[in-house]
Amino acid sequence: MDLYQELIIEHAKRPHRAGLRAPFDAEVHHVNPTCGDEVTLRVDLDGDTIRDVSYDSLGCSISVASASILAEQVTGHTLAEADVVHDAMHAMLTSRGQDAGDEEVIGDGIALAGVARYPARVKCALLGWMAFQDALNQAGARPAAESSTSSSLKEQHV
Amino acid sequence: MPAAPFTSEELAAIRADFPILTRTVRDGKPLVYLDSGATSQKPRAVLDAERDFYEHHNAAPHRGAHALAEEATEAYEDARADIAGFIGAGAGEVVFTKNATESINLAAYAFSNADHGSPLRIGEGDEVLITEMEHHANLVPWQELCRRTGATLRWIPVTDEGRLDLTDLGSLLTDRTKVLAFTHASNVLGTVNPARELADAARAVGAISVLDACQSVPHLPVDVTDLGVDLLAFSGHKMLGPTGIGVLWGRADLLEQLPPFLTGGSMIETVRMEGSTYAAPPQRFEAGVPMTAQAIGLGAAVRYLQGLGMDRVHAHETALTGQLLAGLADRPWVRVIGPTTTENRGGAVAFDVDGVHAHDVGQILDDSGVEVRVGHHCAWPLHRRLGVTASTRASLAAYNTPGEIDAFLAALDRVPQVFEVAS
Repeated sequence: MDLYQELIIEHAKRPHRAGLRAPFDAEVHHVNPTCGDEVTLRVDLDGDTIRDVSYDSLGCSISVASASILAEQVTGHTLAEADVVHDAMHAMLTSRGQDAGDEEVIGDGIALAGVARYPARVKCALLGWMAFQDALNQAGARPAAESSTSSSLKEQHV
Repeated sequence: MPAAPFTSEELAAIRADFPILTRTVRDGKPLVYLDSGATSQKPRAVLDAERDFYEHHNAAPHRGAHALAEEATEAYEDARADIAGFIGAGAGEVVFTKNATESINLAAYAFSNADHGSPLRIGEGDEVLITEMEHHANLVPWQELCRRTGATLRWIPVTDEGRLDLTDLGSLLTDRTKVLAFTHASNVLGTVNPARELADAARAVGAISVLDACQSVPHLPVDVTDLGVDLLAFSGHKMLGPTGIGVLWGRADLLEQLPPFLTGGSMIETVRMEGSTYAAPPQRFEAGVPMTAQAIGLGAAVRYLQGLGMDRVHAHETALTGQLLAGLADRPWVRVIGPTTTENRGGAVAFDVDGVHAHDVGQILDDSGVEVRVGHHCAWPLHRRLGVTASTRASLAAYNTPGEIDAFLAALDRVPQVFEVAS
């Protein structure tokens, strides 16, 4: 089946940048209430740059791989660059297979393209990304007006 | 002579009654439906009963006096009588609800709605005893009751094997206990609890026993007199019936004392602007136009199950459970969560695959057309107690076949290959 690309299995077995590290500006804990999957995620900012994303992910291969890919794609990048990656991932994952994803923008995230055809699994793939948005908001990296992104994602999550 | 499992000819005839079982999923694979613990499939007799009601008799029961209203009332009450007979009860003891969750909430709210001075009234110093293996539906309503009233929630622990640990029952179930609520058969572990023993123990300390029978009434002969409990809840959709219909059974003298939960039309005796009095049970607990077609559908479901014979349904599912447990025991990378023999055990079999998350296990099975449940199955504290985030659950019904168990096991063998874990 096309869901479990080799790249996903690799990320799930050996997640990149895993573990919780200090220092950090915000820590969030997100849960998928339907299956009990959890992620604790920290962001460490240096002005407009994401110095570190560290996390502890307890979940299925899709959610662990997605968190691993997230950490890899946004660490060392600016907030604006991370937004571009986030928006592209979100668009692909919620497209029901209509958006094939752009490897130039989302890197290994392209391996998660197949998830979009399994509606029940989309929330697994989004869990880490929603936690990341929430952490940025809590770290004060967002003007108040923009923090609605996070709450709208949370609604989908339920 | 003990009842025998269904023969292959009988099974073929049963399966022909369930239209959905002939369909395919995921690119033409035959459907292997092993998620009846979540909801069962419906035989044509149930679908026909609902359609027949809407096509020929539809009216609001217990209102009006026209011809259709009479027919609708009669059909609705006939269904109640059939369902009551199915569990060895009197028709006046069967209350229709939306589902078992509503049934249990009805009971829980009765204890806080009871008048001051009523023996049912719960407050500070009182205790509600549940178990660690409960479905959220038989857990959260009691947490909420305790929050509203100041009573204390306590629970009977679960052993590593997935049985109730009754060692300290004497210190948990005391004269402070007002309610003992527990499941007859666990929706995760399959464990069938000693309902009679617990009901008797509850009565001995003056506590009211509430049994969650969602996973027993569809699968084994249940007689409320034999069980000795005070209240019993189950859902129609898990026993071949429609969604949107459930039952709260209660001893007649207890129902008589219970205050209403939902209030409004048709549950009243007299209404004046200053206040109202309420109808006798079961109408007191059925506010609003009821789920008439669904009740009639559930009536058809119990007649269908009676036609199969609940002793044979039980024998059949027990044989399949044995086959399933034996197959899982042959796979050392699988850990069954719950009893590993069929003794006092139903056909819900949850398991953990070493190193692979339940969502991923379920996805591989689904890819082979095998439909199982993944997650915590609305029993999060139980999963936490047994040290797993989530599990995969196969659950059985009368229409499942030995061939489907083989198909499930063959699909399961793909899991270690895909996820590159030892098998």
